[in-house]
Amino acid sequence: MTAATDAAPVAAPTNAISQSVRDSLVVAKRNLIRMSRIPEMVIFGLIQPIMFVVLFSYVFGGSMNIGGSTDPDKYREFLMAGIFAQTVTFATAGAGAGIADDMHKGLIDRFRSLPMARGAVLTGRTLADLVQTALTLFVLAVVALLVGWRTHTSFGEVLAAFGLLLLLGYAFTWIGALIGLSVRTPEAATSGGLIWLFPVTFVSNAFVDSSQMTPWLRHIADWNPFSATVQACRELFGNPGVSPSDAWPMQHPVWASLIYSVLIVVVFRTLAVRKYRSATA
Amino acid sequence: MPGAIYAEGLVKTFGDVRALDGVDLDVPEGTVLGLLGPNGAGKTTTVRCLTTLLRPDSGTAVVAGIDVLKHPDAVRRSVGLSGQFAAVDEYLTGRENLQMVGQLYQMKAKAAKARADELLEQFNLADAADRTTKTYSGGMRRRLDLAAALVVSPPVMFMDEPTTGLDPRNRQQLWEVIKQLVSGGTTLLLTTQYLEEADHLAHDIAVVDHGRVIARGTSDQLKARTGGERVEVVVHEREHIRAAAEVLQGFGKGDTTIEDHMRKLTVPVTGGAKLLAEIIRELDSRGIEIDDIGLRRPTLDDVFLSLTGHLAEAKDEDTGETQDPKNRKRGKETAK
Repeated sequence: MTAATDAAPVAAPTNAISQSVRDSLVVAKRNLIRMSRIPEMVIFGLIQPIMFVVLFSYVFGGSMNIGGSTDPDKYREFLMAGIFAQTVTFATAGAGAGIADDMHKGLIDRFRSLPMARGAVLTGRTLADLVQTALTLFVLAVVALLVGWRTHTSFGEVLAAFGLLLLLGYAFTWIGALIGLSVRTPEAATSGGLIWLFPVTFVSNAFVDSSQMTPWLRHIADWNPFSATVQACRELFGNPGVSPSDAWPMQHPVWASLIYSVLIVVVFRTLAVRKYRSATA
Repeated sequence: MPGAIYAEGLVKTFGDVRALDGVDLDVPEGTVLGLLGPNGAGKTTTVRCLTTLLRPDSGTAVVAGIDVLKHPDAVRRSVGLSGQFAAVDEYLTGRENLQMVGQLYQMKAKAAKARADELLEQFNLADAADRTTKTYSGGMRRRLDLAAALVVSPPVMFMDEPTTGLDPRNRQQLWEVIKQLVSGGTTLLLTTQYLEEADHLAHDIAVVDHGRVIARGTSDQLKARTGGERVEVVVHEREHIRAAAEVLQGFGKGDTTIEDHMRKLTVPVTGGAKLLAEIIRELDSRGIEIDDIGLRRPTLDDVFLSLTGHLAEAKDEDTGETQDPKNRKRGKETAK
C-alpha cells in the first residue's frame, strides 16, 4: 500500500476566496509562460495596432474634420484614444482562442477534474491577457508618441486613462472567454472573437467624430460602452475631439466607462463560469 | 458495503442519444476494473460521470465513499483522471506541468515541485523534465499525463483508453507503469477497446455496449464464454475444406466456422501451442495442404460476437469523435 498512501489526498481548503486567488494566479502563471514561449503571438498582437496607427494617421489624417479642423496632427491626437481602446478589445480574440484550444486539447477536462476553484481557469486566463494587453499598450503608446501624439494633462490623469483602457480590455476578455467556451474549435473562437468587434469599435467615436453620423447611428455610438472609454481617454489625455453630445455617457465618460466595464465583467464572468462548469470537450 | 467505485442505474442522454442506459458498476477497493467496449459504447461517458465532469440524468454514483452528485468537490480531491487525450500543456515543460497540477491540488509550491521531481524520476522522464512537452513523443506525453493524475496519489484512479494510439512498445511500457501503480493498492477503472489490455491489467472486466453493461466477470470467465483461443486454418485447396473441418472438429471445443471464399476455418480450442502442433501433424498425415495456420486469442469482436451476436460497431455518440479509424472500418465491414 505504499504508492497509494505516501501522499494522502489533500484536505479541504479552509478559505474559498484565498484558494480562488491562489488558483487563478497559478493558471495565470501558466498562461504567461505559454505566451513567453510563443512570442510570435505577442508580436502579431503588436503589429496590427501599430499598422492601424500608421494607416489611419497618414491615410485618413488629412481628410478628417475634428472640431472644425482638418489638421492631420490634430487627427493624430484624436485618433490615439480610439486605437488604444480598439487594441485592448482585440485581446478578446486571444482569450477566446486560448480557452477553446484548452477545451480542444482536453486541458479543460483535466482542470475540471481537479479540486480547484471553479472560476480560476478563466480568471487566470483573463489576468494573463491583461498583462499582455498592458505590454501592448505600452509599446503602442511609445509608437504614438513617435508619430506626434501628446497628452496635455497631469500624469495622474494619463495613468487614469490607461487604467480605464486596461479595465475595458479585461472586461472584454470575459466576453472572449464565453465565446471560447461556446465554440467547437480554436479557429472559430478567433474569428468569432473578432467579427463582432468591428461594428462595436467602428460604430463609435473612435475613428470619426460621432456628431457627423446620421442620428440613429449617432445614438448607438453615443451609448456604445466602447465610446465611453474613448471619450474618457480623450478627456483625460486632453486630446481634441471630445464629443459635445448630451448623451449621459458622453457627459460623464469616466463614470460611464467604469460602470460599463464592471457591468460587463459581472455579467460575462457569471455566464462564462456557468458555462465552464458544464463544459464538455 | 459498496466498493471504491460504485454506480447504479446511471443514465445520460445527449439529445436523442441514450449514451448511458442504466450502467451498474461495483469495483472493490484495491482492484482494477476494465471497461471494455467499442467506440460509442458509453465508456467515456461513464468515466466522465464518475469523475464529476458530467452530471448523469439519473442514477447513483459513489466514489471513494463519497456521493459524486452531492459532493463533487470532495470526489475531485480523491480521484486522479487520465483522459483519452494526453492533457498536458505543450508549451510547458514536463516539470512545469506537474508542478501546476500539484498546486491546483492545493499543494504548496515547494511540495508540488518536490512531488513533480519524484514523479518525473518514477516515470522515466527526468532527462526530459525541462523540455517543453511539445518535443515529447506520444508515449512520453501519455506517461506525463498519467503522472499528472497521480500527483496526490489518489486512492481511486480513472484511465480512459490510456494506450489508444500508442505503438506496441510504448503500450507495453505503459502497462508496466500501470501494473506497478495498482500493486500499490490503488483502485482503478480503466476503459479500453482491447481485450488484450483488459486481460493484462484488470481483475474484472465489464463489457459495455449501447450504454449498458452486458457482461461482467474475470477475463477467464469471459473467455470461457467466448471460447478462449481459436485456431485458424487456411487450406490450399478448396476441396480440402470438408476434410480439414473434420479434423478441427475433433480437436475443437466448439463449432467450426468456415469462410468458404477465403478457404478459412476457425475453431475455438484450449491447449495452446501443443495442440496446434498436433493439428498440423494430423492435417499433414491426411494430406491436407495448408497455406496458413495460427493460434489466435479472442478479440473484442469475438467477445461481442458471442455476447451479442454482432460485431463491435464503431459509433460516434460517446464523445462526438471517432478515435480509432481502424475500429470504424471494422464496423463498416460487418455491415455488408
